Amino acid sequence: MTAINLGFPSVACPVVVEHVDLSVDVADEISALNDVDRKAELHTLEMKAIREGTVASVHSWELVTAVDGPGTRMTLFLSGCLLRCQYCHNPDTWKMRDGLVTPIDDLVARMTRYLGVFKATNGGLTISGGEPLMQPAFVKRMFKEAHALGVHTTLDTSGYLGKSASDELLDNVDLVLLDVKSGLPDTYKKVTGRELAPTIAFGDRLAERNIPVWVRFVLVPGLTDAVDNVEAVVDIVASWPNVQRVEVLPFHQMGEDKWDRLSIPYPLHGVHPPENDVLTRVRGQFEARGLTVF
Amino acid sequence: MTVTDGIRSDQQGLAETGAAEFVSGPWQDSINLRDFIQRNYTPYLGDASFLAGATERTTGIWAKLSAMFPVEREKGVYDIDATTPSSITAHKPGYIDEANEVIVGLQTDAPLKRAIMPFGGWRMVATSLETYGYPVSPELETIFTDYRKTHNTAVFDVYPPGVRRARSSHLITGLPDAYGRGRIIGDYRRVALYGVDALIAGKKNDRAELDMEPSTEDIIRAREENSEQIRALKELVQMAASYGSDISKPATTAKEAVQWLYFAYLGAVKEQNGAAMSFGRNAAFLDAYIERDLKAGTLTESGAQELIDDLVIKLRIVRFLRTPEYDDIFAGDPTWVTESLAGIGEDGRPLVTKTAFRFLQTLYNVGPAPEPNLTVLWSDKLPEGFKRFCAQVSIDTSAIQYESDDLIRNEMGDDAAIACCVSPMRVGKQMQFFGARVNAVKALLYSINGGRDEVSGKQIAPATAANTDEVLDYDTVFPAYLETLEWLAETYVTALNCIHYMHDKYAYERLEMALHDQKIIRTLACGIAGLSVVADSLSAIKYATVRPVRDETGLVVDYTVEGEFPAFGNDDDRVDAIAIDVMERFMTMIRKHPTYRDAIHTQSILTITSNVVYGKATGNTPDGRRKGEPFAPGANPMNGRDTHGMLASALSVAKLPYSEAQDGISLTNTVVPSGLGHTKDEQVTSLVGLLDAFTSASGYHLNVNVLNKETLEDAMEHPENYPQLTIRVSGYAVNFVRLTREQQMDVISRTFHSH
Repeated sequence: MTAINLGFPSVACPVVVEHVDLSVDVADEISALNDVDRKAELHTLEMKAIREGTVASVHSWELVTAVDGPGTRMTLFLSGCLLRCQYCHNPDTWKMRDGLVTPIDDLVARMTRYLGVFKATNGGLTISGGEPLMQPAFVKRMFKEAHALGVHTTLDTSGYLGKSASDELLDNVDLVLLDVKSGLPDTYKKVTGRELAPTIAFGDRLAERNIPVWVRFVLVPGLTDAVDNVEAVVDIVASWPNVQRVEVLPFHQMGEDKWDRLSIPYPLHGVHPPENDVLTRVRGQFEARGLTVF
Repeated sequence: MTVTDGIRSDQQGLAETGAAEFVSGPWQDSINLRDFIQRNYTPYLGDASFLAGATERTTGIWAKLSAMFPVEREKGVYDIDATTPSSITAHKPGYIDEANEVIVGLQTDAPLKRAIMPFGGWRMVATSLETYGYPVSPELETIFTDYRKTHNTAVFDVYPPGVRRARSSHLITGLPDAYGRGRIIGDYRRVALYGVDALIAGKKNDRAELDMEPSTEDIIRAREENSEQIRALKELVQMAASYGSDISKPATTAKEAVQWLYFAYLGAVKEQNGAAMSFGRNAAFLDAYIERDLKAGTLTESGAQELIDDLVIKLRIVRFLRTPEYDDIFAGDPTWVTESLAGIGEDGRPLVTKTAFRFLQTLYNVGPAPEPNLTVLWSDKLPEGFKRFCAQVSIDTSAIQYESDDLIRNEMGDDAAIACCVSPMRVGKQMQFFGARVNAVKALLYSINGGRDEVSGKQIAPATAANTDEVLDYDTVFPAYLETLEWLAETYVTALNCIHYMHDKYAYERLEMALHDQKIIRTLACGIAGLSVVADSLSAIKYATVRPVRDETGLVVDYTVEGEFPAFGNDDDRVDAIAIDVMERFMTMIRKHPTYRDAIHTQSILTITSNVVYGKATGNTPDGRRKGEPFAPGANPMNGRDTHGMLASALSVAKLPYSEAQDGISLTNTVVPSGLGHTKDEQVTSLVGLLDAFTSASGYHLNVNVLNKETLEDAMEHPENYPQLTIRVSGYAVNFVRLTREQQMDVISRTFHSH
């Protein structure tokens, strides 16, 4: 998953996102059960619905501008991720069970509400996370609904679960924001706890299909900033002709609060944002290969 | 003589001197500025590349003033003429740099020297003089206390006890009972187009008609006002003559048009210390003269820009003498010299001219500044070049605000302008009775406490049954709230009727009203503060569990909240509907009460900077807001609770129906530059898109700041490095460094949208 900076001051009061609104039939079925069974049954039904993609486990949604794709976008942050990036800004999206189970109809209704916004700003729908490809059936359905409404679609992913994205899913993707978190397999593993290879494979597949890609690389001092690590990222990215831009995102400490709130030890405590000269050097490494860098 | 004679003869005069004539039309037969503009303006569809930079002359004049600003900031005022009650002709001509000024005229005989205007109230003058260490003239004190009754004294003669109670408990605050009401826009263009002689002739025609009417109270008042208006117009001619201009005849060149227009406005600000002294909608009008001179070869682009730059410099140094208490409500010494730019005409042609660009260009030529309050009437149909220039200027200066051209045009046509922050009115055809606002949050707390004040415990509203529930129930709280609001609406309209009766009587705006038609539309501009706190509080009661905490006297002084509730500002209909409901119901209640001079009831959702003082006077609220904490400004969602992005926040506000708040709905948003994109080009595109999306969703007003929080924090520490740092607060802009520390903290605590 990508480095999402929600960037808001701490929330003064909890805000309800959506109600779980299972269909009447299911609700009747569940209410007939006793408490323990009901909990288990509810869970089973939910998991089934998530597998089918008729509901999603949603962390939150936001109307965002100038990040997560072109124009103003409705970005859906899904819950659940297999990566454990040291610099993750949203550790509260790691577990799928922490999300709010939300019917796809509600989300389509909300997207429909913003058709005017998308038109005025040349924006669209972005599905982010968490890792959206943890819920591929939902993503497939949602993007199909978006295209039916003429809405531009963007998938924000680490590519680690690229295999879960069917060709049919990719048929309805207009842009992929692909995180290449490191170029050296060892560093990648250190940063994320997982393998680099699936991301490269997914990138290759996107290149074959000529789906536009914006690559993102988070620059963390002492973790991802080594010259050879960056050069390895550049090598990978430069082999994909469908890459339209590279965003080098300087690490910042705004995520630490969330780790503390979740009582997870924060591995990057005390790490400072990269110095300007390092940022310039890294951007230069990408630019040297003719890539457009922001 | 009729109006027509004066104009026709002058048009012939123009033809004789070889200047191209304006396209003729009904504007020559009676006062009709709109007709003149429509027939004579040139829409401009291009971009900003034609604009000229500042000349050395312009920079020199601004440098001279800039050297004086630090002293003013330090002392609070630069200088005061403490002994001359101001009038149109009271002061000798004043100059910044006589040899180099293109447009001339100052309020007193020197720049930044403030005048005293005691007709509104002597107390405000005396307190101000004492505050700034100037002697209070015993002679004037005698005159304005013993001999001449002021507006302020008169209002308190007629306030009933309920109004006094509501006022002293901060339930109704900021009422213009001790200061000038303002928010009246004279149609200053009339002086330039017709010359004062023709305007006086027109007023005499009106008088002849009034003389034929039976002498009822209304007609007698109208006759007296008419006489005062003619007197003011004559004084205006005298004042202009002291600067060497004869404004009895129409302006013949662009330079004269700008000068005549400014003289008319100057007359108004010499005489009235109104809370908002707005300028109108002048760009397309002036552009007709400028285009004509450019075509004739008698003016260059640089010369045209100089005219506007010099005009804007003059508008920037309009000053009034005010007290520190006043500053709490209207922080940063604002004057609201609001100039409304652009919009789309009723025929579909954009009212965008090169002069609209030239006004915006002043923010580069003489740097960012809060005044004049440049207001763009935005429509998605505006030409792309202008839209992009506006967005660019916003990103570079944070100095402009936007209002929905579509909403205003549909209601008032295409020659309306904004007074103050968000109040639209037909120029020269409509004025408002400014009514500040009620504290809707306090009213909610009163309704829970049976009409007692949650801070003092005093009985303020009529005694009703206090809530005794352990857990607050929406179906009990809401009807009780409506009952309190009914009483408040009645008390409020009573207060405003008293104020405006006396303002007309003792502090009549004779020159501004001379630049209006005889028959005008009047509105009674009521207002609500704290709407988002009310909505969130009711939402908490409805969707979470709210338990009141009572003190030993049974007074509810706090609330505990368990569970989650939807907050206003997230495009969530469950709570947004509550905000809409409260605002619609209050408007309906206001409408039940008859108004002075049959003014049409309106309301605004606007706080200026009073959200801070209102919050300070208000106890703990059921949404979790703590006692003394500021409300959100205007119709803004509470800080930090709008978690779904800037546009979702704006879309909640856009749902508030303009039909029930025709005096305007204010939203102020701050976005960090990187939150709009990586490159300037991308940022401009994003902002244009956001403005289109917001106004297309029936959003009414948007103040846009494009700023980093760090910039503001640094400016608090090192104000000397940020003399021109401008930030939009609630319907206007201020020099950030002139805000009090408390207000600066409030601005910094607001949501900075990072995308």
